[in-house]
Amino acid sequence: MTGDPILSVRDLVKEFPARGGGKVHAVSGVSFDLAEGETLGIVGESGCGKSTTARCIVRLIEATSGQVLFRGRDVLRLGRKDLRKLRADLQIVFQDPYASLNPRMQVWSIVAEPLIVHGTPTKQARARAGELLELVRLRPEHAGRYPHEFSSGQRQRIGVARALALEPDVLVLDEPVSALDVSIQAGVLNLLEELRAQLNLSYLFIAHDLSVVRHISDRVAVMYLGQIMETGTRDDIYNHPAHPYTQALLSAVPIPDPAAERRRKRIVLKGDLASPVDPPSGCRFRTRCWKAQDVCAQEVPALVDRGHGHPAACHFAEEVQVVP
Amino acid sequence: MTPVLEIAGLEVTFPTQEGPVAAVRGVDLTLEARKVLGVVGESGSGKTVTMLATLGLLPAGAEVSGSVKYRGRELVGLAPRELRKLRGAAVAMIFQDPKTSLNPVQPIGHQIVEGIRIHHPDVGRKEAAKRAVELLALVGIPQPDRRARDYPHQFSGGMCQRAMIAMAVANDPDVLIADEPTTALDVTIQAQILDLLRDIREEKGVAIVLISHDLGVVAGLADDVAVMYAGRVVEKGSVDAVYTQARHPYTRGLLASVPRLTDTRHGPLQSIGGGAPSLLHLPGGCAFHPRCPHARPNCQVDDPRLRPVAGVEAACHYAEELGPVASK
Repeated sequence: MTGDPILSVRDLVKEFPARGGGKVHAVSGVSFDLAEGETLGIVGESGCGKSTTARCIVRLIEATSGQVLFRGRDVLRLGRKDLRKLRADLQIVFQDPYASLNPRMQVWSIVAEPLIVHGTPTKQARARAGELLELVRLRPEHAGRYPHEFSSGQRQRIGVARALALEPDVLVLDEPVSALDVSIQAGVLNLLEELRAQLNLSYLFIAHDLSVVRHISDRVAVMYLGQIMETGTRDDIYNHPAHPYTQALLSAVPIPDPAAERRRKRIVLKGDLASPVDPPSGCRFRTRCWKAQDVCAQEVPALVDRGHGHPAACHFAEEVQVVP
Repeated sequence: MTPVLEIAGLEVTFPTQEGPVAAVRGVDLTLEARKVLGVVGESGSGKTVTMLATLGLLPAGAEVSGSVKYRGRELVGLAPRELRKLRGAAVAMIFQDPKTSLNPVQPIGHQIVEGIRIHHPDVGRKEAAKRAVELLALVGIPQPDRRARDYPHQFSGGMCQRAMIAMAVANDPDVLIADEPTTALDVTIQAQILDLLRDIREEKGVAIVLISHDLGVVAGLADDVAVMYAGRVVEKGSVDAVYTQARHPYTRGLLASVPRLTDTRHGPLQSIGGGAPSLLHLPGGCAFHPRCPHARPNCQVDDPRLRPVAGVEAACHYAEELGPVASK
């Protein structure tokens, strides 16, 4: 990584009150850096805390503790006014293009709304909305239409146009293509890559689809039950995974190649995700891990380089190739 | 080999306020005994409606024509009473969302018992309960005798799907229709369920129709595959043939547009332009022509039929000219 990171997350913690007392430990001490112009993929299964992390970073929900440094300033400690200014630089795109656009607003006003909120006169904002629609390859003459007149892929483009209205530096993309059919998904992924290069954006790309994450990310962090298990460059994670969870996750992803599928050896994990209300002591993955020993229940494995060239949070980290 | 399920010329039309919607427009599919047939396609391609029509589960008002034969017996037009005898017995189905497919106010074991006794009233309650526990053990539910008394909300998503599979195989079906059985599940849980389906197929000798939008899931489980687009099968053949020598531009586009776990390239993905057509206003000729990079003028007029082309069957006028796909 070169230069100062544009976004640094340090020891981020988010706990929710659990039903019937206790706490849901949704995010438990997550730290990572995002470099300028880079895409960091955050990958994990439901309940791993990836979306909660995203929401804490843009302060849609308030973190319990930790720091989120944007160009060195702690986002979590900003007052209302400063936060509004910051939001211009740090924007989020959501998963569901149906739920995240107001069905009663014309598309131009959805895209122009952030500009108007930030004081741009309506007429100028409307003109800019047309340009933004063009930027995401939609036709500006459709600016007067309503969300229901667009397909799912087009709606996701509208969501991206809205996020780009204030010319942010960082986009947090929370499962941006997982609601889309594959033939549509490819177009949106290509658009995101083009925009990143064209506008020099940095992406925090949150997804459960490991194939998509490999395609779009420069670096990857793998989360499990509120913690990062392993992180590294795309090649580190996909070609040299050292954490058992990463290995199990990668070996479970189906590949659209019947011959490769027949040859593959799979690591099939036993059981389900442990409860975030009462996470396992020591390593949180140990209840499903085939390598677990006594030490795993006693000591939390630190996320450090254990001789594989990238950090892995496992006492018994060992590189195994699982992607054919 | 005799097919267990033979669908021929199936058409399904729904009346709507804006006019009739042809959701399935002449589908032919064959499921051989003990085989897995994958049916892939995107939202609205008609894959689920085809299977619901097969089981007679479409809402009243849907017009169904054509033929669906189970072991030679015609199911289209069969009396509801007779269909009920077949469903859940010889032909069973599992759905995408196991949580909503189970009854929330009855214990899991009880629901399996009910499924057994509907088809075998002679089996006593006690015996059926014992069988339910055996089935839960078969699908890998830990402590099955205790978990049989649990309600669906006490089960995780993966365990609910296991319970659904237990219920589906309770009466030893020879056909299991699995509609997106792992779509709602996480990838490590998906791997468990796919393993279970492989085992069930081996042990019970059941033939499976696997409906999925995920080309990877189908590649790992199916023997044969049918690709659907706008209510039609546009290509079919063995999985190996279709995945390596697809002749239909839509299949080729789909295969090229999915990011792969094995992909080391970083460049742009190939994408299919445009979006799925509205079933209310289908394009003339080949329904795929507005999105097809190889379309010629006659594609707008002549509707291509499925025909054999070099190891597969494809519904494209220019299938021969496209040649085999360069493998990735």
